[in-house]
Amino acid sequence: MSTTDDVPIIDVRNLIVGYGDNVVLKNVSFVVDKGGIFAVLGGSGCGKSTLLKHLIGLYRPFSGDVLIRGKSIVRSAQSDKDAMMRSFGVTYQNGALFGALTLLENVLLPLEEFSSLHHEERVLKAKEKLRLVELDGFESYYPAELSGGMRKRAGLARAMALEPDLLFFDEPSAGLDPITSAELDKLILRLKKDTGATFVIVTHELDSIFAIADRCIMLDKQTRGIVADGNPRELLEKSDNPWVKSFLSRNNLRYCN
Amino acid sequence: MPMPFDLDQRIEDRIEEVGSFAKHIIDDLIRMVIFTGELSRIVWESITHPRRVRRRETLYYMDMCGTDAVPIVVMICLLMGIILGFQGAMQLQKYGGDIFIADFVSLVIIKEMGPLMVAMICTGRAGSAFAAEIGTMKVGEEIDALRTMGLNPVRFLVMPKLMAMLLVMPLLTVFGDIVGIFGGMIIAVIKLNLPIVVYYNRAMGAITPLAFMLGLFKSFVFAFIITVIGCRRGFSAGNDAMGVGRAATSTVVSSIFWIVIADFVLTFFYSMIGE
Repeated sequence: MSTTDDVPIIDVRNLIVGYGDNVVLKNVSFVVDKGGIFAVLGGSGCGKSTLLKHLIGLYRPFSGDVLIRGKSIVRSAQSDKDAMMRSFGVTYQNGALFGALTLLENVLLPLEEFSSLHHEERVLKAKEKLRLVELDGFESYYPAELSGGMRKRAGLARAMALEPDLLFFDEPSAGLDPITSAELDKLILRLKKDTGATFVIVTHELDSIFAIADRCIMLDKQTRGIVADGNPRELLEKSDNPWVKSFLSRNNLRYCN
Repeated sequence: MPMPFDLDQRIEDRIEEVGSFAKHIIDDLIRMVIFTGELSRIVWESITHPRRVRRRETLYYMDMCGTDAVPIVVMICLLMGIILGFQGAMQLQKYGGDIFIADFVSLVIIKEMGPLMVAMICTGRAGSAFAAEIGTMKVGEEIDALRTMGLNPVRFLVMPKLMAMLLVMPLLTVFGDIVGIFGGMIIAVIKLNLPIVVYYNRAMGAITPLAFMLGLFKSFVFAFIITVIGCRRGFSAGNDAMGVGRAATSTVVSSIFWIVIADFVLTFFYSMIGE
């Protein structure tokens, strides 16, 4: 008999997605189990961010389904979809913080809307989240006063405000210098250990992938689908797909026309 | 070799262009109606659950759209009153009807020019700002962030703006009306040598409470139009700086168009009830 623990946290079935008449990905299927760091990898324009937006329910696919904890986010009514969205956190490329609100107010926002805690408790919780991402002392700062890395960490604090067990990251290392990027990787690893949550990361940064990902899928622009699935180091060593091997070994130029 | 002139093809192309333009307008109208429907639902929700309205943001927009607009409203409406005074004085002097300048200026300001000029100012200031703000938030994925937090962007972003506009635009209109009538008085006193008290008494006699209320109702309608169009254009802005710019421009053009249409319809109905 299956229990709720047996249900994968994400189950993508035959997903076909795109814009207008343009199909970006076709027949994409994969499963993400609870815990660990799962990465979606691929070159620019292969549909990584598009896939992410379908996983989190922002876009509707041409066909196929996305099940979050066994429930379809594609076919759910808006109220159910909103509830499902509240059960996971999303960190966007530039943090997507609200410019008119301070960092503390940004993190407080989901708590104010959906938590039954008293105001003082909410503030304490929001401060705790900011401390978790090493932004204590910056509570009264506005997003415009912060660096790109700090904005991403603040976005992460906001995404974690309701303590979700599933977190999505869109290009966490994009636009960051190698040191800040490595610090963010360390933070994600620490959060994985401390919270036991599942992390889904969309990126093309190989250093990050090798440093943190337990498993990855690789998308390909030509085939519009998944060309590799597994542990990134194992894929680098054992994959017989030349494109996968060259991408992971940063030697893909020779395959470009 | 020059291409042969194909009249049939040219006609076909023009028909296609007209059809495509008409489809674009109809699609836009449908999206606007859907957005207005969604907003109406949120307005009803806010009436039944007033605590859900974000008060701090509402006060911020009241300040931005109201307080900050007072100087320009005062300036424009004063000049409008002076212009109307000049035009009226020139015509009325010919027939010896100098005293009617007070009736003319006050009624035109209260019924038409006050609400209309305030609406034009608010379109340029607030409507375009709403479109640019929401468009920029869209580019920065803040709208997506709201959605994935399970928050309704219309309730979160549009309601405070709508509440603020519905509250401050009638107030600005009252300011505009007062200074507009005052502008007419300046001309009546200087050009027609009318005593201030005579102008004041004539103006007060001409303005009925109903005319005043109907003028304010116009400003409510205009506030709704400006907010709906500004916010809707922001949500549908392209994902780049040009898209945001286009949304702001389009807000001003569309708002002015729909304000004039609404003004025509309201004036038509007012005339049917004798106002």
